Amino acid sequence: MKTLIKNGLAYIEGAIVKMDILIEDTRIALIDNDITADADEVIDAAGMHVFPGFVDIHAHLRDPGQTYKEDIISGTRAAAKGGFTSVCAMPNTEPVVDNIATVDYIQRRARELGFARVFVIGAITKQSAGEEISEMATMKSGGVVAVSDDGKCVQNAKLMLNCMRYAVNYDLPVIIHAEDYHLAGKGQIHSGKIATQIGLSGIPALAEETIIARDIMLAESAKARLHIAHITTAKSLELVRRAKEQGLPVTCEVTPHHLLLNEEACLSFDTNTKMKPPLRSEKDRLACVEALKSGLIDCIATDHAPHADFEKVREFDHAPFGIIGFETAFPVLYQSLVLPGIIPLERLIEAMSTAPSKLLRLPESGIRKGNPADLTIVDLNQSSVFAAENILSKSKNTPWLDQTIKSKIIYTLLDGTFTFRAE
Amino acid sequence: MTATPQFLGRNVFDLDDYSADEIMYILEAAKGMKEINLREYKKIPTLRGKTVCTLFVENSTRTRMSFELAANRLSADVVSFQASVSALQKGESLQDTVYTLDAMGIDLYCIRHSSPGSPQLVHKYSGKPVINGGDGRHAHPTQALLDIFSIWEKLGDIRGLKITIVGDILNSRVVRSNLIGMKKLGAEVTVCGPRTLMPSYMEEVYGCRVEYSLSEALRDADVVMGLRMQLERMTEGLFPSLEEYSKHYVLSKDTIKYAKKDALIMHPGPMNRGVEILPEIADSSQSVIVEQVANGVAVRMALMFLILGGKA
Repeated sequence: MKTLIKNGLAYIEGAIVKMDILIEDTRIALIDNDITADADEVIDAAGMHVFPGFVDIHAHLRDPGQTYKEDIISGTRAAAKGGFTSVCAMPNTEPVVDNIATVDYIQRRARELGFARVFVIGAITKQSAGEEISEMATMKSGGVVAVSDDGKCVQNAKLMLNCMRYAVNYDLPVIIHAEDYHLAGKGQIHSGKIATQIGLSGIPALAEETIIARDIMLAESAKARLHIAHITTAKSLELVRRAKEQGLPVTCEVTPHHLLLNEEACLSFDTNTKMKPPLRSEKDRLACVEALKSGLIDCIATDHAPHADFEKVREFDHAPFGIIGFETAFPVLYQSLVLPGIIPLERLIEAMSTAPSKLLRLPESGIRKGNPADLTIVDLNQSSVFAAENILSKSKNTPWLDQTIKSKIIYTLLDGTFTFRAE
Repeated sequence: MTATPQFLGRNVFDLDDYSADEIMYILEAAKGMKEINLREYKKIPTLRGKTVCTLFVENSTRTRMSFELAANRLSADVVSFQASVSALQKGESLQDTVYTLDAMGIDLYCIRHSSPGSPQLVHKYSGKPVINGGDGRHAHPTQALLDIFSIWEKLGDIRGLKITIVGDILNSRVVRSNLIGMKKLGAEVTVCGPRTLMPSYMEEVYGCRVEYSLSEALRDADVVMGLRMQLERMTEGLFPSLEEYSKHYVLSKDTIKYAKKDALIMHPGPMNRGVEILPEIADSSQSVIVEQVANGVAVRMALMFLILGGKA
C-alpha cells in the first residue's frame, strides 16, 4: 500500500518546506522535492500544510466508567479530527488506572478500535486518593508512560517524596496537577477581579504555585523527572524557569484555553468557561503565551475533559470543571496566536507534536524517512465550524461552540492509514 | 401612571444593566407604589391576569413575602416555589424545574438562589423576565434599590453623599449591588471590615474606598450601613470570635460619633443585635431599618409594574 502526498508544505526538522512525501505501508519511505512513484492514492496537498501528527500528553477519554461522556472510540475519533495521532489518557477513570488490568483494557481497546495511538498514564497513588503508592512497577511493565494523580493532587509532602523516589526506580516521569486543597477551597474561578465582581469563590494562584514550589524541591531531592500539567500563572512559570536554570529535569505544558482566554470569560456565567485550573488574569495569560514562545513552556496539551450536556447545563457552582479540546486545539491556536504573528507556526507545530513526544519519550514523531507515517494535513485558508452537530466527541462542552475559526484539518493519517478525512 | 416601553420585558439581574436615569425612574415609580401601600385598601388592578412566580431555591421568608406582597398588591396571580418542598430536593435540575413552571404560564420570575448567575439561567430556559432576589454572593439588586430609595427619600439627592458599609463585605451580595447603584448615582462609598472578609480588587472593580479601621471609615459619613455577621465565617477561619469582631466593628454610640451627627443608620436585616449593631443605634431616631422593609415592597411593586407593562 503506497500513498503519495504531493506539493504540501511540510514541517521537517523545525522548518516548513515544500516537499513530496511517499508512504509505504505504515512508514515514511521517501521525502523529496518531486516524487513520481506509483501510488495507490495520491493526495494533492498544494496550498496545504503537512505536519507531524499532533501528540496530546494530557487527555481524558472517560473510559472505563464514564462512557456517557466519552469512550476510547469517540475520543480517539475526535482526536483524529483534531489532527492528533497520539493521545495520553489520564488515569482518573472509574476505576482509576492504578492497576495492570485497567492499563491492559485501555490499550487493547485502543489497539482494536481506536483512531489514535493511546498511551496510558497510571496513577501516582492507589485510587488517586493520595494515601498509598500505586503499583507503578507493574503498571510500567504493562506500558504506562508516566504517573499522575491528575484531577487530584497528593497533599502529603512526605508521601509525594516517596512516590517520586519510587517512580525514579522505574524511570517514570511524575506529572502533577498542582493544587493545594486548602488554598483552593470551594473555589470556582480564579481568585481575581472577576471573582470579586460576580461573587463566585476564588481559586488563588497560590494554590498552584505553592505546590509547584514544593514539588520542584521534592523532585530535586528524589532526582525525579517532574512534569507540571496545565500551568497557568506567571509565578508558576518563574518557578519553572528557575528550576530549569538549575538544570533540574522539570518540564511543563499549557492548554489552549489558558493561552487564549482569561478570567473575564467567566463574566457570562457560561459553564464552558469553568475549568481547573481556572482561567487566570490577563497578565498570567500573557505570561503563558510568552513562555510558550520562548520555549520555557515545553509543549501544548489539550486537557480534553468531556462532560455531558446535562452536567454542564447547571448553575455555575454545581457544574463540573473542564472542557473538550481535541477538535478545537489547533484551529483556535492558529487563528489567535499564529495568524496575528504572536507565535510562529513552526513553534506551534513543535509544541503540539515533536516536543510532547520527546518529553514523555514516546516513539519518535516527526516527518523523517523511516518514521511511522503519522501525519496531519491542514488547510490554513479554509475555516472550521464548531457546531455541536459537527463535533465528534460525545460531549460538546467548549467555549468555542458555534464559532467559525480559520484553518481546517483535512486529513489525519496514523501509521499510513487515514483516521480522518474532512467532508 | 403608565409603564414606559424601555422597561418592558427587561431582566433585573443586577443594577449594572440600568443607567442612573433608569434607576431614578424606578425610584420615582416606587414612590407612587409606596403611596398605595399606605392606603386603607392596598391594592390596584394593574397586573390583573399576569402570573408571578417566586422561585426561592434558597430560603428567605422575608424577601419572598416582600415579592409576593408586591405582586398581590398589583393584583397579579402569585405562585410560590420553595426548594425545600420541591422537585429540586429530589434531584431535578433547575432547567427542568423552569420548563415545568413555564408550562404553567408564568409571566415573571423572582428568584433567590445560592448560585451566582442562576437568574440568567432561569431567563435562558424560560425566555421570561427575571428579577434577581439574591444569587449567592453576587447580587441583590432589589435590596440595593430599596436601600437607595430609603436614602433618597430621607436625604434627597444621592450625589456627593458619603456612605459607609461595614461588615462581612466578602460574602455580601447586598454590598456589590449597592456599590454599583450608589456609585452610579454619584455617592462616595467606603467599605469597611476585617481584611479576611474583604475581597481583593474592591477599589479597582467598584471605585470605592476600602478601610479597615471603623473610626476612619465612619468619619463624616452621611449614611452608615451595617451588615449581618454570620457565625459560620468563624469556623471558616475568617475571624476568631463574634466578641472580637464586635469589639472592633460594632455600630454603637461610641463608634457612630465619627459619622455626621444626623447620619442615617441602615441594615438589610436580619440583625445580630449586639454583634454588628447595638440596640441603642438600631432603634435610634436616625435608624431607617424598619422603613427599609416597607420600602422593599414598594420598590418590588415598581419593578413588576414597569417590567410587565402595568397601567394605573
